[in-house]
Amino acid sequence: MLLKTLAELPGVSGDEKRVREAIKKEVQPYVDELKTDCMGNLIVNKRPRKGKKRSPKVMLAAHMDEVGLIINGIEKSGHLRFLKVGDIDNRVLISKPVIIGVENIPGVIGVKAVHLQKPDERKKTLKTNQLYIDIGAKGKEEAEKMVSLGDYAAFDTKVKEMGERCLCGKAFDNRAGCAVLVELLKRELPVELCAVFTVQEEIGSRGAITAAYTLDPDLALIIETTSAADFPETKGIKPVTNLGDGPALTLMDQSFISDGKILAALRAAAEDNEIKYQYRRFTSGATDAGNISLSKEGIPAGVVSIPCRYLHSPASVIKLDDFYATIGLSEAFLHKVSEMGGLNR
Amino acid sequence: MDVISLLRELTEAQGVSGQEDSLRPTAEKFFRPLCDEIKYDKLGNLIALKKGTAEGKEHIKIMLAAHMDEIGLVVTKIEEGGFLRFSTIGGFDARTLPGQKVIIHGRKDITGVIGSKSPHITEEKERKKAVEIDKLFIDTGYAQSELLEIVKVGDIISIERSIYELANGCVSGKALDDRAGVVALMYCLHKLQSLHHVPDVYAVATVQEEVGVRGAAVSAYNIAPDLSIAIDVCHGNLPGVSEFETQEIGAGPVIGLGPNFHPSIIARLKEVAKRARIPVQFDVSAGPTGTDARAIQIARGGIPTGLLSLPLRYMHTSVELLSCEDLKLTAELLAVFISTIDRVFVEGLTCF
Repeated sequence: MLLKTLAELPGVSGDEKRVREAIKKEVQPYVDELKTDCMGNLIVNKRPRKGKKRSPKVMLAAHMDEVGLIINGIEKSGHLRFLKVGDIDNRVLISKPVIIGVENIPGVIGVKAVHLQKPDERKKTLKTNQLYIDIGAKGKEEAEKMVSLGDYAAFDTKVKEMGERCLCGKAFDNRAGCAVLVELLKRELPVELCAVFTVQEEIGSRGAITAAYTLDPDLALIIETTSAADFPETKGIKPVTNLGDGPALTLMDQSFISDGKILAALRAAAEDNEIKYQYRRFTSGATDAGNISLSKEGIPAGVVSIPCRYLHSPASVIKLDDFYATIGLSEAFLHKVSEMGGLNR
Repeated sequence: MDVISLLRELTEAQGVSGQEDSLRPTAEKFFRPLCDEIKYDKLGNLIALKKGTAEGKEHIKIMLAAHMDEIGLVVTKIEEGGFLRFSTIGGFDARTLPGQKVIIHGRKDITGVIGSKSPHITEEKERKKAVEIDKLFIDTGYAQSELLEIVKVGDIISIERSIYELANGCVSGKALDDRAGVVALMYCLHKLQSLHHVPDVYAVATVQEEVGVRGAAVSAYNIAPDLSIAIDVCHGNLPGVSEFETQEIGAGPVIGLGPNFHPSIIARLKEVAKRARIPVQFDVSAGPTGTDARAIQIARGGIPTGLLSLPLRYMHTSVELLSCEDLKLTAELLAVFISTIDRVFVEGLTCF
């Protein structure tokens, strides 16, 4: 399954190479044009095979990068110091395996044994600069042969099936979105597609800025992964989205307000095709849609998200039904856009 | 080229973010003999162009950016007794301000001091508290009526400090962040006089970096270079701060690593340093940096960007300290890097 392959690949913001290569290989036979820009965005073009002479140019975007770590120092003892790339709660880092650099050097994020901690120590969370990665190196010199400053480290989690049609793994945010986009590119659609697998979303949606500038599309649909907080101890924010209730439509978030016509078309597409959907009941957080919608003179944009529990951790959970329904809804939306002949303001 | 005298003249001049015009005569004087052309854009960025050897289709543009603005203060209120209240432009540590001499750029430049209560009249409890900006004031020695003739709300205040020469080729002063980078640009252009280089070099002394890398954003858009290197300062080593957050003063140029920078530029800088036997250090940033490189990388459809930094202690104080040796080596590394750039390298920048 492509989603499994993509989710298991390391691809921290700025180091998306392996994800990009895998996607390139997968979509190559189905598309007209394929290129990378200087940021590392993968830009794929596919024109409709038949039909109207002038079809709207639709930008589809899903980010390839995931949150992770970057090595910024090597201790005399051979332990690696790191910074967080993107937003990670330190509490999920402790006692987790990671893979580092292009050679996939394995390491673990160590912590002093509970026996050695004083009672008040156990009550405190650890700061990033109190944590380190142990790769088993005897000292700095040996570690330097295996790892360089600036190397990235990603969680090392294999995808597992779980419960009722659920998957557990890392980086579903947003490899699940990437897998949706790949699937759409394999189908024959009535609009001109510019699919962008963006870079550096987790550190400020930077890839989306340059890609939108280059493509200058008529409209944009962003496929994302969003929090499902339908689990205990989430009082106050509960549930944002529910796992299994279908793709989530964004009305607004920190970075943008959804274009009204796109939202209407998404709703209509879902209802016409009897696809179960939900709204994202939360206004914090940001996606590539924010920067894309502000490119040049402005680009109408919408966001469809796959609900995901425990985002930005080494073990997140999605439901396959939501994933497939997101493909279905996006496809139905593109047909709708074609029927409407674009957004016609 | 006497680096120290350039630093002296440039840092002792005033150029708070948004008010960089006052630096133009000094900066232009030094850039003029080193380049073919000088121009300014609408925000006031100074662009010094030194042409390369490529012609027609082979044309390559490389943009170098170092910001010329400095942090400063602005008058918010003129109080009874002739005291001025102020706000900040750029990031200040309020604790560095009491007892500091300043220049208020009113109808004419006047001197002021940021007052501080003498210890005799300060209670023990109060001494333990850090000062806050809105509790501070500037004493100009004028009566309020006279002061109102010279100063108005909104006038800019700059810090007064001259350059000190210290041991081991180190200098200390204000605004070395990032006039030292501007001097590095000059020194690089000086080195390029005797090097063959294909690309046109656009050395830009940018404005408004300290308030959100604004000058760099518009100059990168205007120039639309094929690649760009920003030159800024990074934190120098000092007691009490982890070695992993700082770089050693006097140990050479610092190459920026992380997602803000193009991997091929990082690789080329490393190669060039090795070949030219220039010692280098590395500074890892997990996201977009707080330098001009932040804005340049995402201008237009994206611009491959790199960063060279000078280790500097006591950033954003009036006693910033750095090594002139680091400055010269950074400029040399940059010049040699530029001399290796050709069409093939530029075309490779979109191949991932």
